[in-house]
Amino acid sequence: MATPTIDSPRSGRVTPGYSRTPGSRGNFEMVAWLFMRLSGAILLVMITVHLYVNLVAGDGITGVDFGFVAGKWANPIWQVWDLVLLWLSMLHGTNGVRVIINDYADKNSTRMWLKGVLYTATVVIVVLGTLVIFTFDPCPVIDGVAHVADYCPAP
Amino acid sequence: MPKTLTPAGTLYRGREGQWSWVAHRITGVVIFFFLLVHVLDTSLVRVSPEAYDAVIASYKNPLMGLGELGLVAAIMFHAFNGIRLILVDFWKDGPKYHRQMLWGVVGLWAVVMIAFSIRHLSHVFGG
Repeated sequence: MATPTIDSPRSGRVTPGYSRTPGSRGNFEMVAWLFMRLSGAILLVMITVHLYVNLVAGDGITGVDFGFVAGKWANPIWQVWDLVLLWLSMLHGTNGVRVIINDYADKNSTRMWLKGVLYTATVVIVVLGTLVIFTFDPCPVIDGVAHVADYCPAP
Repeated sequence: MPKTLTPAGTLYRGREGQWSWVAHRITGVVIFFFLLVHVLDTSLVRVSPEAYDAVIASYKNPLMGLGELGLVAAIMFHAFNGIRLILVDFWKDGPKYHRQMLWGVVGLWAVVMIAFSIRHLSHVFGG
């Protein structure tokens, strides 16, 4: 008499109705969980420097104007800094709001709509911000009028 | 006369762990919505220097100055409490000391906020 074989609960051969992982979401949620911790630690450092340079050092908020931005983005290090900050913070924030939507929106259609709006906003903001950083012109000529600043060539 | 029994409150008594979780969510959402606005206002540098300066000028009035204080307070709490979360998840004694770590977070946050308030408010309200 052969011994009957009983499959292990995690063998994938349990009755589909009892399976805890319907469909194949892979390990997306674990990767998202890990990303929140890694990006969070990096953002703590990067945002602290961002706040220090813009709000604490020098004249603080009173010193922020177009020339201040031009001065920062004249340095490629600040361009890359702000780019990394933009992408990491938007992905961290989007994933956080995604989790909150999943927690509180009960209806499938409500969740789908809210996440559709969220992801649309994320793509628009990330693309816009990225373009602004790399197409910035410290001495723009608008309607034939050149911007006057001590760092711009005299017209 | 039989005494009428009223059901006990249904508030989940999760204490520090629960309230820090609530505060983490609220500050996270607040920061996210500011982030959307912040990228939009910075994008005005591609419209014209005047457009950017006009909008940034509104960030310098006293009411907005207080708003910035609130924003930085939210960011610093979220950041320090996030480090506490990482320790709870990855440090073997993290769950045991989560409550003490929360008071550490609040203390560190208070010190940073007192220093920042003095500096920022003197910029906003100073001449």
